[in-house]
Amino acid sequence: MLKIKNLHATVDGKEILKGVNLTINAGECHAIMGPNGSGKSTLSYIISGRDGYEISEGEILYEGKDLCALKPEERAAEGVFLAFQYPVEIPGVLNTTFLKEAVNSGRRYRGEEELDALEFIKVLRLKTKELGISDEMLKRAVNVGFSGGEKKRNEILQMAILNPKLAVLDETDSGLDIDALKVVSDGVNQLRSPDKAILVITHYQRLLDHIIPDYVHVLAEGKICRSGGKELASELEKNGYAEYGAAAE
Amino acid sequence: MDKITNLFTEKLAETRKFLPGSNLGWLNLSRDAGIQDFSRSGMPTQRWESWKYTRLPDISKDSFRCIEKQDGEKEVVSVPSLFKLADLEAKLVFVNGFLRSDLSKLEKLSDGVRIGTVVDMLQSDPSFVQKHLPKTSKEKVSPLVSLNAAFWETGIVLHVRPGLKLKKPIEIVHLSGMTNKPLMRHSRNIMIIESGSEATIIEHHGGLSAGKYLTNAVTDIELSNSATMRHYTIQAESRDSVHLATSNVNVGKDGKYHSFGLSMGAALSRCETNLRLIGQGAGCGVSGVYMMRGREHCDNTTVIEHIAANTTSREVFKGVLDDEARGVFQGRIIVHKNAQKTDGYQLSKALLISDGAEMNAKPELEIYADDVKCSHGATTGQLDQVALFYLRSRGIPEALARNLLIQSFLAEALDEVGDLEVRDAMLNHVIHWLPAHCYLADEWKDS
Repeated sequence: MLKIKNLHATVDGKEILKGVNLTINAGECHAIMGPNGSGKSTLSYIISGRDGYEISEGEILYEGKDLCALKPEERAAEGVFLAFQYPVEIPGVLNTTFLKEAVNSGRRYRGEEELDALEFIKVLRLKTKELGISDEMLKRAVNVGFSGGEKKRNEILQMAILNPKLAVLDETDSGLDIDALKVVSDGVNQLRSPDKAILVITHYQRLLDHIIPDYVHVLAEGKICRSGGKELASELEKNGYAEYGAAAE
Repeated sequence: MDKITNLFTEKLAETRKFLPGSNLGWLNLSRDAGIQDFSRSGMPTQRWESWKYTRLPDISKDSFRCIEKQDGEKEVVSVPSLFKLADLEAKLVFVNGFLRSDLSKLEKLSDGVRIGTVVDMLQSDPSFVQKHLPKTSKEKVSPLVSLNAAFWETGIVLHVRPGLKLKKPIEIVHLSGMTNKPLMRHSRNIMIIESGSEATIIEHHGGLSAGKYLTNAVTDIELSNSATMRHYTIQAESRDSVHLATSNVNVGKDGKYHSFGLSMGAALSRCETNLRLIGQGAGCGVSGVYMMRGREHCDNTTVIEHIAANTTSREVFKGVLDDEARGVFQGRIIVHKNAQKTDGYQLSKALLISDGAEMNAKPELEIYADDVKCSHGATTGQLDQVALFYLRSRGIPEALARNLLIQSFLAEALDEVGDLEVRDAMLNHVIHWLPAHCYLADEWKDS
């Protein structure tokens, strides 16, 4: 589903990614772990198409297509989703309105019929119930006045409703208490299916106790320097990132 | 005298006998005083501090003429309105300065309210007009007010007797244009809200067609003790027009004046509010939203004087500037020596959505009392790129995402509109102004 080949990327002339190789197949869940500043978030932004990153070498193929040639909204409509580490507050725009527009924008792109208000509410109700999101949270402006946990839950709600093929979760566990962590993980696990893939980016093992990955990779100094099974996460938790150059920072 | 003052002096001599109240001695004297004041000052120029960022067009170049009776007889296809006729206390529709009874509603007024044209009032109760028309004083009057004093030919009078709280709003619609030569219309409005009474006014200014005209409106508002007035304005004049509006407001003890102006038209517009909180406990909210594109220029200038103690003022102005549009905000708050416990708040925020757009903001606080709370903020910025990416990463196309963020930006100012129905109507205008608004479904209106 996703093939990253020898990806080099720079921000403001500084090379952050120095040859990342990663293949994610449908049905798989991968985790990328690594010390701070290793390029984890950069990778997630490049996959979702944020401006300001220059790809100097390499490519990203998504379902065989050159992902970098697509605009962020096109990537989203093609099934790529990024759960933000820091979800953005948008005052004056209701959460429901935002969600509905997001859903229908994707449907328009794919040539599907748009959902009307009633159909949309039906879909929404189902998901909010599962994720324990109150109606009141939907009636508020997007992420405005939300607690850290509410913001992350709102990200998972968006993911559940947009139903992506490839979900990238960027430090989704940061700022979550145990209960919220469970809700968020359950939301992610529900998405798991043979035709979907998940990429979890995290500093800590904590989230991976709930979302159990098939593969764990260590990203350090702009490269994937080690890959393994889920047991690698526990090893990292125990030994830290010192041997991966974190000490050099 | 320079060319322009000459031109107007001649024009007054020429048109004086056609102006309303030409048989009234006091009014002729008042017009004389107006033209004399104007001759002394001349047109404002950018050398004046209060006109630093706004340049008036050279009026002498265009052969503007005064309004004539037949200008009022143009066909009107639609009349802007926020409320059904049945939900209005009164509605006055002016076409090129002339009241169109066929489009207005002036019957069945509540007991104790007088509303009509200032021209009719000159017939029925000239002393009322004489009493409330401010005497021109030589130094402080703006040239536009002097010019208006000399030439005013239309306008409305509203008088709400003490203790009368009008439940329904009053709509005043001014439609202009479609004339053989461009018009220069001077309207003079007098609004007297007596003690303990309450009124809501909604003004619409629009063009009948594309084309030039100039409006120079002066509105004098007196709020007596404990009187309340909500004053909403939608300025959607034609793209080539010039819209100049000056409001002079006095607020008495415990009186409350709330205004909100939505500016979205005219090649050049300037709304100037001079407001005096003269009684203890008086308060005001003077806010607005402006949306400009092309080479449009919009100036919001406010001077708020806290004269008595325990007075409050609040200003929130937000604007969106596209293309090469220019915005100006000049907000002056003067706290007089005796105005202890003043609470003043002022915010100006502009969003530039094109590299060619420009904003000039000039907040000024002059504080002569020692126990006051006054804060102000002025920012000019661009669309938040992180927020834009956030929306796009959810599949929302860039154009629509930009619209959403603009709407989001303006929402804070729109919340200053107390009346929810009016707020929604204004939001609707905002949405329709947005580029490529066709993307937006109906439910945007709810947010």
